[in-house]
Amino acid sequence: MQPPLNAPLARHHSVFFMIMRRLRAPLILLIVIVSISVLGLTLTPGVDDEGRTHYLSFFHAFYFISYTATTIGFGEIPYAFSDQQRLWVLFCIYMSVIGWAYTLGTVFALLADRSLQQAIAMQRFVRNVRRLGEPFYLVCGYGETGRLICQALDRQGLRAVVIEKDESKVGEIDLHSYAADVPAIAADASNPETLQYAGLTHPSCIGIIALTNDDSANLAISIAARLLAPRLPTLARAETRDTAANMASFGTRHIINPFEKFGDTLALALHTPAAWKLLGWLTGLPGTTFERHRDPPRGHWILCGHGRFGRLMVDAMDAESVPVTIIDRRPPEDISHRWVQGDGTGAAALEEAGIREAVGIVAGTSSDVDNLSIAVTARELNRKLFVIVRQNHYTNRALFQAYSSDITVVPSEIIAHECLAILSTPLLTPFLDQIRQMDEEWCAWLLERMTRRLGWDVPEVWSERINLSRAPALYRRLMRGETITLDRLLRSHANRHEFLACEVLFLDRDDDDHLMVPLGSTPVRPGDELLLVGRPGARASFGLNIANEHALNYLLTGEDLPGGWFWEKLSRKRQARSTRQLP
Amino acid sequence: MNLEKVIFGFFILLAATLNFGFFVGDIDNPGHHDIYELFAALVVSLIATMLKFGDRTQIGAIHLATSLVADLQLIAAAMVWGYAAHITADGLTGEMTARVVSLSGGALFANVVSVVILIAETIMQRR
Repeated sequence: MQPPLNAPLARHHSVFFMIMRRLRAPLILLIVIVSISVLGLTLTPGVDDEGRTHYLSFFHAFYFISYTATTIGFGEIPYAFSDQQRLWVLFCIYMSVIGWAYTLGTVFALLADRSLQQAIAMQRFVRNVRRLGEPFYLVCGYGETGRLICQALDRQGLRAVVIEKDESKVGEIDLHSYAADVPAIAADASNPETLQYAGLTHPSCIGIIALTNDDSANLAISIAARLLAPRLPTLARAETRDTAANMASFGTRHIINPFEKFGDTLALALHTPAAWKLLGWLTGLPGTTFERHRDPPRGHWILCGHGRFGRLMVDAMDAESVPVTIIDRRPPEDISHRWVQGDGTGAAALEEAGIREAVGIVAGTSSDVDNLSIAVTARELNRKLFVIVRQNHYTNRALFQAYSSDITVVPSEIIAHECLAILSTPLLTPFLDQIRQMDEEWCAWLLERMTRRLGWDVPEVWSERINLSRAPALYRRLMRGETITLDRLLRSHANRHEFLACEVLFLDRDDDDHLMVPLGSTPVRPGDELLLVGRPGARASFGLNIANEHALNYLLTGEDLPGGWFWEKLSRKRQARSTRQLP
Repeated sequence: MNLEKVIFGFFILLAATLNFGFFVGDIDNPGHHDIYELFAALVVSLIATMLKFGDRTQIGAIHLATSLVADLQLIAAAMVWGYAAHITADGLTGEMTARVVSLSGGALFANVVSVVILIAETIMQRR
């Protein structure tokens, strides 16, 4: 009997009892066969070496049956058997063979059983999760986005636990070479029990990421997380506004709608291109280089496909008061825009929409083939068009790469970027919100300054809090009343005249106001939270600078402190003597 | 009426009665304690244990525990018997018989608990 694939998992996952339950019948049969054989053997008359009638005792009979039934066969003890006894033993041998054959058959059938395999996999998974001692994220859904996120987390040295409905995708996890083991289970993530097994209530769980391609499952995960682990941040993907509103109603911390996100990004790109570039550079996937697009031009735009995506694009353009013509088979609900009937794949509709005078086109239908067809036709009609194409399926990646649009909208990548930005650095979100409000000139200046120092490769962005656990050396010095400026800290501990390849973007103070791109002369205060951006490697150096007293002392005074217990004692004694001499 | 329940009850009760049959009599008189009865008690007790496997309730767990205790006591009794009858020079003396019977007495207590649980379970169900 095969259980349905997505059946809720059994309440009890004790595999041992499950096996014993299935083996009940063969084990009882074995007991019965052995006991009948032993009993029969004690009752069958034999002859001893002096010719007297002799019955085997239970001890001898059990000994004999034990080695006969297990096919070891030591011979007839304690005396050679009589013919009656041999007749009975013959019977016993065949009975025991049947018993063993039946038992082995049941055991093999059991091992091949799907539900048992699932139970074993589940038990192993639960054990692995329970033993996780380091902080981990619970990732629900291992699709394209889940894979990108798991890879990025792995690169950052963070652990992940995966729940995925599709068994073949769970199998893929073993094939992708992760540095750390990623416990994964093929189960329905919308089942709260599964979430608990996967570590939702585990003390080391630091966040839940709901990325399944089913909005209702994401909703179920968010509400389970809200009720079972209210202090954990939850990141949920929502494809529709209804779901997003529903999630927001019970306080889901981060709701990510890829299309809305892109709408915001497009609006920003039209409004302040430099801010858009800065944002893209800061939130890129680690290990990639930021692609410098040309800025989306202001002027007449054409939008093909007025669906979920198209509507948000129109909203974004309206907000920037960019005129837009919609090409769709059905008329849009709002009549404020020019509408051309058609699907945009043919030149006729595009011509009618004014393709030759337009500056940009958005190919945003739900069909990848249509989108590519629109984009190719449009560019043939107008070489200078700025083309935004929506890519729905990851498998069509090669086609979109070959086309080289100005922007390709890939929902899975948008979600991954957003998740990583939220997860890796909570301070990044307020900083980006501030960036959006800045003017073009300031953003251009900042982008120029950052990229000249750090290059166009996606940098590492991290936050650091000046407290006793993260920065003990610096914290102690600050509490003693020393004044230390940022400029002093951002230097190499190998040579204090060299600066580290990193910059402070944002300084957040508990009581005071926050500072955007603070100057080097800004003094640090205890409790400050810094948002830094830099080349890989700078993070570790900076971490050492503020945590290690020796490194910090060198940076501030240029002198190396004596290392080791003995030298520390010695120097402390000398210091004490010198202070005593003071009046 | 459920055949499975009948078999279950039958084996539990039979394990207890056989055990009792072996136990009664003078504790050190080998003539009062038949070895075949001990054998039967042991086999039935093992079968009862197997029947109890796989019940996931709390009562099922206690059932299994009592059976495992009874098995352990009876196997110990059988081993003492085997040692006395075949390995010691004196054979089955009164002292050895007392040991075997007292071990089976322990098993009897476990079996009685098992029967009490069975009855309690039946009364609780009221059907």
